[in-house]
Amino acid sequence: MAKARVLIRPKEGILDPQGKAVERALPALGFEGIEHVRVGRMVELEAEDPEQLAELCEKLLANPLIEDYEIQTL
Amino acid sequence: MSAPAASSSPHRELGLTDTEFELICEKLGREPNGVELAMFSLLWSEHCAYKHSRKLLRRLPTEGERVVMGPGENAGAVDVGNGYAVAFKVESHNHPSAVEPFQGAATGVGGILRDVFALGARPIAILDSLRFGELDSVRSRHLLDGAVRGIGHYGNSIGVPTVGGEIYFEAPYEHNCLVNAMCVGLARQDEMVRAAAAGIGNAVVLMGASTGRDGIGGASVLASAELGDGDEAKRPTVQIGDPFEEAKVLECCLELLAKGLLVSLQDLGAAGLTSSAGEMASAGGVGIDIDVGRVPLREADMEPFEIMVSESQERMLAVVEPGKVSDVLALCEKWQTGAAEIGVITDSGQIRVLRGEEVVGDMPVEALVDGCPLYDLSPAEPEGWIYGNRATLAEGASAEETLLALLGSPSIASKRWAFEQYDALVGSRTARQQVAGGEAAAGDTADAAVLAIPEAGNAVAVSIDGNGRRVACDPYAGTVEAVLECTQNLACAGAEPLGLTNCLNFGNPEKPTPAWQLDRAVTGLAEACEALGVPVVGGNVSLYNEGPEGPIYPTPVVGMVGELPDPGLPPGSAFAREGDAIALLGPFSPSLAGSELAKLRGELEMGLPQPDIAGVAAACATVRDAVRAGKLASVHDISDGGLSCALAESAIGAGLGCRVDLQPLRERGCSPEEALFGEGAGGFLLSGDPAALESLATEGVPLVLLGKVDGENVEIAAGDRSLTISLEDAERAWRSLPGQVEAVS
Amino acid sequence: MIWGVLQFPGSCDERDALHACSLMGEARLIWHESRDLGGVDGVVVPGGFSYGDYLRAGAIARFSPAMEAVAEFAAGGGPVLGICNGFQVLCEAGLLPGALLRNEELRFLCRQVDLVADGSPSPELTTPEGGQLRKRSPFLAGIESGETLSIPVKHGEGRYYAPEEMLDEIEARGQVAFRYAPGQNPNGSVRDIAGVINEAGNVLGLMPHPEHAVDALTGSIDGLRLFEGAAGARV
Repeated sequence: MAKARVLIRPKEGILDPQGKAVERALPALGFEGIEHVRVGRMVELEAEDPEQLAELCEKLLANPLIEDYEIQTL
Repeated sequence: MSAPAASSSPHRELGLTDTEFELICEKLGREPNGVELAMFSLLWSEHCAYKHSRKLLRRLPTEGERVVMGPGENAGAVDVGNGYAVAFKVESHNHPSAVEPFQGAATGVGGILRDVFALGARPIAILDSLRFGELDSVRSRHLLDGAVRGIGHYGNSIGVPTVGGEIYFEAPYEHNCLVNAMCVGLARQDEMVRAAAAGIGNAVVLMGASTGRDGIGGASVLASAELGDGDEAKRPTVQIGDPFEEAKVLECCLELLAKGLLVSLQDLGAAGLTSSAGEMASAGGVGIDIDVGRVPLREADMEPFEIMVSESQERMLAVVEPGKVSDVLALCEKWQTGAAEIGVITDSGQIRVLRGEEVVGDMPVEALVDGCPLYDLSPAEPEGWIYGNRATLAEGASAEETLLALLGSPSIASKRWAFEQYDALVGSRTARQQVAGGEAAAGDTADAAVLAIPEAGNAVAVSIDGNGRRVACDPYAGTVEAVLECTQNLACAGAEPLGLTNCLNFGNPEKPTPAWQLDRAVTGLAEACEALGVPVVGGNVSLYNEGPEGPIYPTPVVGMVGELPDPGLPPGSAFAREGDAIALLGPFSPSLAGSELAKLRGELEMGLPQPDIAGVAAACATVRDAVRAGKLASVHDISDGGLSCALAESAIGAGLGCRVDLQPLRERGCSPEEALFGEGAGGFLLSGDPAALESLATEGVPLVLLGKVDGENVEIAAGDRSLTISLEDAERAWRSLPGQVEAVS
Repeated sequence: MIWGVLQFPGSCDERDALHACSLMGEARLIWHESRDLGGVDGVVVPGGFSYGDYLRAGAIARFSPAMEAVAEFAAGGGPVLGICNGFQVLCEAGLLPGALLRNEELRFLCRQVDLVADGSPSPELTTPEGGQLRKRSPFLAGIESGETLSIPVKHGEGRYYAPEEMLDEIEARGQVAFRYAPGQNPNGSVRDIAGVINEAGNVLGLMPHPEHAVDALTGSIDGLRLFEGAAGARV
C-alpha cells in the first residue's frame, strides 16, 4: 500500500469566501503581510495502485469544474 | 479484576465526597475498583443523580388527564387525540457550549432529539433558549455565533425545523452561557416505547456511532493514572456531533419500533453506556451484563472504564428479544448504521461489566442508579442585589430616545439574524414560528410556534420562555411569570396548555444564595403549574453555572405545549389593517422593577410585584376563545420593554403606524414611564374591529381601548412622556442586531 | 401522473416533496439502492444532506444505483426535478451544467425570496430556440417569462457557479430557468441564477424549495406551479 495525500483547492479565480474570512481575521490577530489565502481540503489515503488516484480525483474527490487537485505520494 | 486500582483518593478528584465514597464501599461490601469508581462518580454526580434538586422537584405537579408519559422517561408526552401523542423535553448543554460553542450547541440539539425519538416519536420541531453575556464582549459574540451555527448545523442537517426560541444578553452569563434546546416529537401511541429494560435473557444492542474517547473529561483523573504525560491528546473533552449519523439512527429506530422489533430503547447521553444501561436496568428492576469487548470502538486501545463512560454521540441502546436480533441488525444494515449485541438482561439485579470472559466491574444496579444520597439545601436570601448594575442609557434620555434604546437592546431587537440560519420549514408543519423579536425570514410568526398535526386533525402550539433577570429580582415571582408568559403565548395562538417541560439553570446549590433562588423558583413553578392545571411532564436541571464573578442569573426555562383545533386560526403578532382598533386586555399593572429599562439605567434591585395568577389565567382563556372565534386581527403578549415595545413590534411587523393614548393605564395608578416601559405579566395587545374587541371584556378580565392602527409613526400619548417616533427609526433600531453581532472590537 | 421521490440516507425534504407531488398525482419514495424507478412518470431528487454532504454536497449521492437509473430516465426525456441538494446532485452527475458552492456569507440561510422566471438581465441573449426550449420544459410549462414566484430558500451551499463561457452558452440557449429577483440574491450566485434546465429541457434544478410553497398555511403556494406544469404537460 502506498500512502498518498490529495490536496483539493478552489480553482484560481473562484470566489473563496472561507479564504476571505481567514484573511479578514488576520490583521486583528496582528498578522501583517499575508494575502491570497485559499481554503481547501486534504484527503489522506492508502492505495494499492496510486495510478488510479487521478481518476478518483476527477470522479469523486474533486469537482474539476470548481476545484484543482494535487496528488502527493508519500 | 484487572481494572485500574482506585489509588489513594481519586474519588475526591472525581467529585465524590468522603461520605459518598464510604457509602459506595458499604453498598459494595468492598472498595470499588477503577471501573466502578468511574461509573459511580458519574451516576452520583449532580448531572445524573439530581442530588441537590430531586427533593425540590417532588413539589411539581406531574399528573394530568392528557399525560401519556411523565418524568422518569426519556421525555414527557401528552395525548393530542386520534391515537397520537406529542413528546417533548428541554435540556441544557451549557458547559460544553461554553467550551466549544459550535459543537456544544450542536450536540445539545442531537441529544434532545435522541431523547424524543427514544420514545418512538418523530421529532417535528426544535426550539432553543440561549443566554450570553453582553454583545460588547468579544467572547459573547464568539459564543453566540458558534452556538447559532451549531444549532443550525445539526437541526438543518437532520431535517428537523427550528421553529422558535429566545436569546437574551446579560452580563452574568458572560463566562457561563446557557444553551437549552427543546425538541417536540409526534408519535403513534401504540408505537411508543418506554426506557425500562425487561425480559430476562433479552439481548442488549448498541446502535449508531462507534465509541471513542469523546467527553471522558470528567473521569480524566483515572485516565491520568493510565496514560503517560505525553498523552494529553488522548483526552478529548469536546464531543463532536454527526447529524448524518443521527439521521440514519433516527430513521432506523423509528422503523424498528414501527415493526415492533424493540422491547425498550434509550439514548446515550451524559455518562454514556453507564447511565443508559444502569437506568434501563433500574427502571425495569433487572440486572444487565455489558461486554465492553463487543462495543465497536473508534480507537482500539480503549480501557473498559473509558468505554463505559464515553460520551460519543449518536448512539442508542435497545433491548431486543433474542429471536429478533438478526432482524434488528439487518435493519441497521439497511440504514448503514452500526449495531452490535453487547450484552444481556439478567435477573441478578447487578450491572456487570465484562471484557470477554473477565468481569471488570460488578455492582448492584440499585446502588449505582438510585443509591446516591439526596441533599437538603441550605438556602438563605441575599441581603440585596448581588449582581452588578451598569447604566448604558444616558441620564435624562427623552421618551423617544428611551424607546429606541430599548428596541435596539439586543435582548429585545429582532433576532432574524439568528433565526434565518435555521431551517424552519422542513416537515411542512410550521404554520407559525415563535421568533424572539417577532420576525421570521420565511413564513409567519406569532408569540407561540404553531405546528399542524393533520394526523390528529388539529395543531399544537409551542412556546419557550424564561427571563433570568426577573427571576434574579424575585425567584418566586419571576418563575411564576415565566410560566404565565408561556401560557399567554399559547393563548395568543388560541391554544390550551397540555403540559410543561423545564430546564432549571442555576448556580452552585451548595451556596446559600443559589440554593435560595432554586428553592423559591421551584416553589413558583409548582404553584403556577398547580393553579393553571398544567402538569410538568419532564425536565432537566443544570447547576453550578458560575463565573468568576458569581452565579448566573437564576434561569428557569419553561417550555409548554398546547393544543388548538386548527393551525390556520392564530393571527400574527403584527397589526393587520389600517384603522383597526388597538386594545389592552388583561390584569396588566406594569412596573419598572426588573425591567429592561431598569437594566439600561443601571437601577436593578431586588423585588417584583406579585403576579395575579388567577387573573392572568382568566385573561388567557378570553384571548384563547377570541382567537378561536376569529375575533382578532392581531394579538401580542406584552413582555420585554413593556407596552411601547409591544406596540412598536406590532407596528414594524406590519409596516403600519399606530396612535394610542395610555391614559387607561394611568388610571390604574401607573406613572407615564411605567405605562410606557413597565413590565409584568397579564397584558395582551390586541387589534381588530372595535366592537369585537370591546365585547371581550368580562368581569375579572379588563379591556381598554387605547387607540388605532394609523399613520406612519408610533405615536403614544403618556402625559409628560408622550412620544412619537417614525416607523423607519423604530425599525432601524429594532434591526440593529446584525451590526452589533458583527461589530469588530 | 406517478411521481418518484428519491430517498438517500440524509435526505431531509423527501416527505415534503412527496406531499407536494401527491397534490398533483400519485407519489412514492424510491430508496437510493434501487435501480428500478418502478415506472414513474417523473422524478424528484429532494433536498437534504445526502450521505451527510460529506466531501461535497451531492458528490456521493450521484453514484447511487437510483441516480444511475435517474440518469437513464432523464436521457430518455423523463422529467426530473432537483431541489436544493437534489440540484447539487444533478450538477455533480453532469445532468445539469454548473456547480453549487458555499454561500458567499458562509452562513446557512432560510429566507423567502422572489424568483423571476427566465428573467435574463440580457434579453438579447435569449434566442428564439431558448424560448422554445422553455416551452419544452415540463416544469416551466405554465409559467410565463418574467413572472415572479415567491418561494423559500434554505441552504448553506447554494452559490451557483459556472465559468463565464459556459454561462454565456446556457443563457444563449435559454437554460436559465429562474433568477433571484434584483437585490434578493441570497448566496452570491453568478448572474443571480437560482435554477437551470438541461439542453433538452426535461431536467430542472433549483436551489429554492417549491415543495415548501404549496400551502398558504405554511408559506406561499407559488411552488405548486412547477408540479402543476409537469402534471399538466403530461395530460
